[in-house]
Amino acid sequence: MKQTLYNWDEMMQSETTETVEAIEPSQSVETPEPLEPIEHSDPILKTQDYFINMGPQHPSTHGVLRLVLTLDGEIIKNVEPHIGYIHRSIEKMCESDSYRQIVHLTDRMDYLSCHINNEAVCLAVENALELEIPDRVVVIRTIIDELTRLASHQLWWGVMGMDLGAITSFLYGFRDREMITDIFEETCGARLTMNYNVPGGLMFDIHPNFQRKVKEFVQYFKKKLPEYDDLLSGNVIFLERTKGIGVLTKEDVISYGVSGPTARASGFACDVRKRHPYNAYDRVQFKEIVMTEGDTYARYRVRILEMWESLSIIEQLIDNIPEGEYCAKTKAVIKLPVGEFYQRVETARGDLGVYIVSDGKKSPYRMKFRSPGFSNLSALNHCAKGCKIADLVAIMSTFDLVLPDIDR
Amino acid sequence: MQDFSLLTRAIHDNLSSHLSPTLTQVTEMVIVAVCFLTFFALTGMIMVYVERKVCALFQQRLGPMRVGPWGLAQSFADFIKLLFKEPLMTRQADSFIFNLAPFIIIISSFMAIAVIPFAKGLQALDFDIGIFYVTAVSSIGVVSILLAGWSSSNKYSLIGAIRSGAQVLSYEISIGLSLLTIVMLSGTLQFSTIIQSQANGWWIFKGHLPVIFAFIIYVIAGTAETNRGPFDIAEAESELTAGFHTEYSGIKFSFFFLAEYINMFIISAIAATVFLGGWMPFHMGSWDAFNGIMDFIPPLAWFVLKVGGIMFLMMWFRWTFPRLRIDQLLTLEWKYLMPLSILNVVFTAFIVVSGWHF
Amino acid sequence: MMSNDELQAFIQEHCADPVFETGKQYLNAIVAPEHLMRVAEALRHDPRTSFDYMFCLSGVDFSTHFMVVYHLESTTLNHCVVLKCKVSDRVNPDVPSVSSIWRTAEFHEREVYDLFGVRFVDHPDLRRILLDDDWVGHPMRKDYVDEANIVQLG
Repeated sequence: MKQTLYNWDEMMQSETTETVEAIEPSQSVETPEPLEPIEHSDPILKTQDYFINMGPQHPSTHGVLRLVLTLDGEIIKNVEPHIGYIHRSIEKMCESDSYRQIVHLTDRMDYLSCHINNEAVCLAVENALELEIPDRVVVIRTIIDELTRLASHQLWWGVMGMDLGAITSFLYGFRDREMITDIFEETCGARLTMNYNVPGGLMFDIHPNFQRKVKEFVQYFKKKLPEYDDLLSGNVIFLERTKGIGVLTKEDVISYGVSGPTARASGFACDVRKRHPYNAYDRVQFKEIVMTEGDTYARYRVRILEMWESLSIIEQLIDNIPEGEYCAKTKAVIKLPVGEFYQRVETARGDLGVYIVSDGKKSPYRMKFRSPGFSNLSALNHCAKGCKIADLVAIMSTFDLVLPDIDR
Repeated sequence: MQDFSLLTRAIHDNLSSHLSPTLTQVTEMVIVAVCFLTFFALTGMIMVYVERKVCALFQQRLGPMRVGPWGLAQSFADFIKLLFKEPLMTRQADSFIFNLAPFIIIISSFMAIAVIPFAKGLQALDFDIGIFYVTAVSSIGVVSILLAGWSSSNKYSLIGAIRSGAQVLSYEISIGLSLLTIVMLSGTLQFSTIIQSQANGWWIFKGHLPVIFAFIIYVIAGTAETNRGPFDIAEAESELTAGFHTEYSGIKFSFFFLAEYINMFIISAIAATVFLGGWMPFHMGSWDAFNGIMDFIPPLAWFVLKVGGIMFLMMWFRWTFPRLRIDQLLTLEWKYLMPLSILNVVFTAFIVVSGWHF
Repeated sequence: MMSNDELQAFIQEHCADPVFETGKQYLNAIVAPEHLMRVAEALRHDPRTSFDYMFCLSGVDFSTHFMVVYHLESTTLNHCVVLKCKVSDRVNPDVPSVSSIWRTAEFHEREVYDLFGVRFVDHPDLRRILLDDDWVGHPMRKDYVDEANIVQLG
């Protein structure tokens, strides 16, 4: 990459320099205005903004995200995210893959909610073909979705504590997450990229130990979740670091297309499981956690309470898994009818959308994944203006960004 | 009770009978310096290992287990690895200051260790202005941090160094004021005299309330002084990679690393000496039998126990609490700890004047 | 909540010659780029429709034209509609930017520009987002050829 963004020597030697050169786009498009350091006419001091790079490899950004901060001392004036470090052109690959192959690509997008990603494509295909899915599949898919959501939130909690300095929480989050990954390993064969959903149902039936282990896990975790509150939620230092920081109003959230717990903390009731129910979500009782403050602490509380709701959903379903087939009959080569299909599911991060434009062939003509992280990230600049660098770390950890989901 | 002054006097007599007075002096200084260097290195290594094991204890895991039985040789392995690392320096770094900074922090730690009373008679220097000297000398450390951050010519390091400088300067005040309470109660700045004055009971028991407040304030301010625990914003791993020592590698980094642990040791040692009786055993009034059993444990062991206890507390803080933001840190000091310390000093003065202490 | 027919009538009020596609999941309305802003603003601000949440913005390359697809939802009235903008000019594809109406478009339009080459007029910061800044070409186009990176199978 030939782009020279920061020329340290020049910056150190002269006072009024253009510290960013114009980025050359490939075609004949007018170049955007280069960022110039703004000179402030303070009567006492002549100061200048400076840029700091929280670069792609960083202990705190969740994945390869590069943030260019424009700072005035410790106060952030602008946050510019640079993404694309893990862009693997999944959408282009989908145009030459069959639908069964595409499901395996979706694991790698948001790897913390891989079952839900797989399910999005499977549900899109199943609804397009108007397949009758056995009830057993529907219930098992719901249980596994909620376990995935719990695992994702456990990891999020651990990383949130670690970002703020309470490194022990990372170990506690992973300790509890091990139980879920062990259950998945037994049933699905893998711990991270599980590939259990196929169009039509599940790849194989659940392991005989599945129900027992899930019930044990639910009992165990119900005792551990209050410990999470003891360690972080009630801690004075934690409250000082998160209350009132990074407020997003409801209008901002809707306009920026933010979804998931990040949006629900600002009062936008956007849970896809409630608005456009799929699977068995219309059969179970659960609350949609919505708060109004919109600050970092609200986003934190929403996820903790969502963990309780997930436990409740699992408890309602785990004893009543209906008998039946684990997969509906589908053709070996799946061809969708000509047309467009859109499927929305609720991942741990928000509203994942799968948009398929099909021309009747065995690969989609266009496959678009609307990733929740992409829209959430677009609100980061607005949210972090006026905060300090340490606050930015807290805000980012509550946005719960997973870069492969954003970059696809 | 063991008295090391017998041993030191014997060595002194032996040397002065063979060598001229100047040469005796020089030889003694060399011996003391070598002892302290060894102590420095050994303590550093042991504390690194203990920290890792304590950290593992809190995180429900085992810690280093492979290198040697129970992982005991882990520190040696780390030390050898650091020796072999390439000493890097960025092109724009100011080379003289860059190389000087780690040495300054080591020197400041050495100067502070020199006055700590390890046992009866085992104290390198016994100034009559002991406490004053220690507070003065530990302030030299902040110069080193600022130099390290500045000379790295790296924005992250600079931010880390400035944060750290502000933090250390602020918390010096609370430390000084809490130590002042004991100075008022015991009437002297000299370490050995303060310990002698605790022969009938530790100050934390004798000087009840004001001393307990002073101890709490001292432990909080001491943790902040050493850039540890919830006050480690200067080297916050998740924000600034490594703060002021980002650009250091190999031996120079190990200097900063060791110096942090030695500073922790110094803070704990002073707290143990001044508040908890130093090497004095735990006596309970006039229970002679109990006191006799307590006397059986050598004073050096008492000292190590007390210092170890306070260091364990500091490690506990680090692995439990999230860290404070820099402005919250400074608010804590200037708006809460300093006024409380000043009030505490006034309270102590009142107690001393009216004689309401044991 | 408006039914698909009512939405169809509403869009016809604000646009000349919209093309509607029926029999789909949502109502699809295809408009020309000149009319896009008027229809979009009406859909957003009119209290009968109030489509305040855009949940997807995609680009599709039909070989003769581009299609920019806007999926809209109303959070208060709970109806959805799909607005599409057909751009027939493949040499200089220009579409007005809706980022002043829905701020989520800022990132999504950058992505469509990056992968398809569709220029969004009045976008505050139009540059590549997923690919390198010095990348040549727009990979999601159907006529994109890259011998080094794309392997044609069968």
